[in-house]
Amino acid sequence: MTTNPNVTRRTALKGAVAGLIVAGTGAGGLVFGHGNAWAATAENLDADTFATLVQMSRDTYPHSRLDDSFYAEAVSVLDTAAKDDAGLKTMLTEGAAKLDKEAMGLKAASYRTMSSEDDRVAILKSMEGDGFFQKIRGNLVTGLYNNKKAWPLFGYEGESASKGGYIDRGFNDIDWL
Amino acid sequence: MATFDKNDDSVVVIVGSGAGGGTLGAELAMKGVKTVILEAGGRHETEDFQNDEWGSFGQISWLDKRTTSGSWRVAKDFSGLPAWIVKAVGGSTIHWAGASLRFQSHEWKAATTYGNVPGANLLDWPIDAIEMDPWYAKAEDRMGVTRTNGIPGLPGNSNFKVLEAGARKLGYNEVHTGRMAINSEPRDDRSGCMQIGFCFQGCKSGAKWSTLIAEIPKGEATGKLEVRPNCQVLQIQHNDQGKVTGVLYADKDGNQHLQLARVVCVAGNSIESPRLLLNSASSKFPDGLANSSGQVGRNYMRHMTGSVYAVFDKPVHMYRGTTMAGIVQDEARHDPSRGFVGGYEMETLSLGLPFMAAFLDPGGWGKDFAWWMDNYENMAGMWLVGEDMPQETNRITLHATEKDQFGLPVPNVNFDDHANDIAMREHAFGRGEAIYNAVGAVKTFRTPPYPSTHNLGTNRMSEKASDGVVNKHGQTHDIKNLFVSDGSQFTTGAAENPTLTIVALALRQADFIAGEMSKGNI
Ligand SMILES: Cc1cc2nc3c(=O)[nH]c(=O)nc-3n(C[C@H](O)[C@H](O)[C@H](O)COP(=O)(O)OP(=O)(O)OC[C@H]3O[C@@H](n4cnc5c(N)ncnc54)[C@H](O)[C@@H]3O)c2cc1C
Ligand code: SF4
Repeated sequence: MTTNPNVTRRTALKGAVAGLIVAGTGAGGLVFGHGNAWAATAENLDADTFATLVQMSRDTYPHSRLDDSFYAEAVSVLDTAAKDDAGLKTMLTEGAAKLDKEAMGLKAASYRTMSSEDDRVAILKSMEGDGFFQKIRGNLVTGLYNNKKAWPLFGYEGESASKGGYIDRGFNDIDWL
Repeated sequence: MATFDKNDDSVVVIVGSGAGGGTLGAELAMKGVKTVILEAGGRHETEDFQNDEWGSFGQISWLDKRTTSGSWRVAKDFSGLPAWIVKAVGGSTIHWAGASLRFQSHEWKAATTYGNVPGANLLDWPIDAIEMDPWYAKAEDRMGVTRTNGIPGLPGNSNFKVLEAGARKLGYNEVHTGRMAINSEPRDDRSGCMQIGFCFQGCKSGAKWSTLIAEIPKGEATGKLEVRPNCQVLQIQHNDQGKVTGVLYADKDGNQHLQLARVVCVAGNSIESPRLLLNSASSKFPDGLANSSGQVGRNYMRHMTGSVYAVFDKPVHMYRGTTMAGIVQDEARHDPSRGFVGGYEMETLSLGLPFMAAFLDPGGWGKDFAWWMDNYENMAGMWLVGEDMPQETNRITLHATEKDQFGLPVPNVNFDDHANDIAMREHAFGRGEAIYNAVGAVKTFRTPPYPSTHNLGTNRMSEKASDGVVNKHGQTHDIKNLFVSDGSQFTTGAAENPTLTIVALALRQADFIAGEMSKGNI
């Protein structure tokens, strides 16, 4: 996966950002995180939809070790695909609207301003069988875990042939058994 | 490297260049037989392989449309991808992990040994351990299998050490780094294993045996073997006497050609091989070629499989080093007191982070799933592989409406687990977890089967023509100059990973074909 030009990280990786991840949306599709730590541009979806999907993505695969920009980057993949796929665009827009509708019913708040993670997850759980949820989840399987920049954060070292494999680099170095 | 004319009707044509086809082609060429291998996929050499799971998957996997049905979980999790098979010169031996085990003697005689198992279509192989012994020996030498021919075992990586320590605590005895077709030291002009850890993505050091690097080049060097990549066979043709005469294939631009042949050998793996026979139906053979028994496509086996992953409180780095060099064999025996017939092996396995996300718990999400991924570094893993029961209804059929890029019906793979498979999987999951718990696992996870890597049985070998598709030489009962040369010949699956047996059968078949040709019988 290459770096998505639509997502910028304004500061170096931070640890867990507790709670809500999107600080706001602005004109021109701008979506920005707390403390201005990262910003993304929604090119085809509207900024609110984009922002909701970022929150949903983190709720789906919550990793405190991952900076929010990783989730934004995964959503950007869908945002880009929505350009030539009207059906996808509708699915994402309506899906995000449904999240908000459920949230309003529960807590009189939009999905991404709903402060309890458990509440948000309960909504996701109720939509688990929907094509929309599966689209977001499926996108993350590669969008998040196949992002090479994320690998070191999980302790996965990736390609090793060019380094001569692990024969001299600890293939059997377990020391606690 | 030879090139043969499409009108040369004296050649042997082999469909597919994997474990079966690639070995057979090389061996026939070394015996002086003119041979053409038609391979649907492209030719990617060692330097083209990628240490990148999805990248490699996209590069060499068989991704032509397939459908699934039945109650197996793969149909739900991976409905369009029933099997993980390679479409490239070398076939699935590019992906394979190298575990090379002989069948146990009794496994050649499953019907006799296991008795009546309701719902299972068990049959004894028409060959046995004594018959196969020299062919196994030849295959082990050709493939450079560790712990045979004086070749030392591979060193154990950290993932193996965890497995070994747990297994020893439980009192298991047959625990070692496997019989692997991976060089533990340089041999046969190939280097030793560098512990790169991407065995499934095509070995970049050349240590791992594949038909691409170890067999086909030797065949080509004789001047008797031509391998034609990007040529997908669509139909096998025959004459009025019911002998096959050649194959129709499409080249990479989709142009169709006819290659004449004296003998045709089908080795497209256990989904494409029966599909090709069925797609070759004619007015003379309305149910497909070699299908007088009605068994073509039936008895599809995929091994009882599953994986156990465990998280420990300290790092394992299971992905470092040889993927499958580690085995516990104590449960491979036939011991019905465990509640099932047949046995299973426990073998080390690791997936990289990207594949772990896709396969650990397909469809899984949320905090629990994220916890597993967060602990990737501290994970150990094993694969469970055992004998599954052949069932007539587990079968490859032609889809009624869906067509592939050539306008041919796509294959549907229907599969239901047999009660014996389920009981065995349950037992194996339990033992796998016990191994890791014995060395202090924080948590263990039962991962369901991946898309099938061991595809077997759909053109099975039988003594009687009414019971199966091919005789003990892989020659079809119905058509003398038509052979099946891959894992689809398997009468039953045994507990062991199948490739050593596929290769041994191919070497034996080469001997038979060359002999019959020189006698003028075919
Ligand atoms: C990830 C993975 C790990 C594995 N690990 C092991 C292991 O450790 N030990 C073990 O014993 N086995 C292992 N296997 C299984 C092993 O790879 C297979 O059992 C073996 O390669 C099957 O041999 P085959 O000849 O039947 O088919 P393949 O090797 O799959 O070859 C079939 C070839 O035929 C070609 N083909 C199909 N249809 C057509 C057509 N119509 N025209 C032209 N060409 C066609 C295909 O493109 C392919 O190249 C593994 C498999 C996978 C995927
Ligand atoms: S671990 Fe060994 S066999 Fe596997 S890819 Fe690396 S060098 Fe090849």
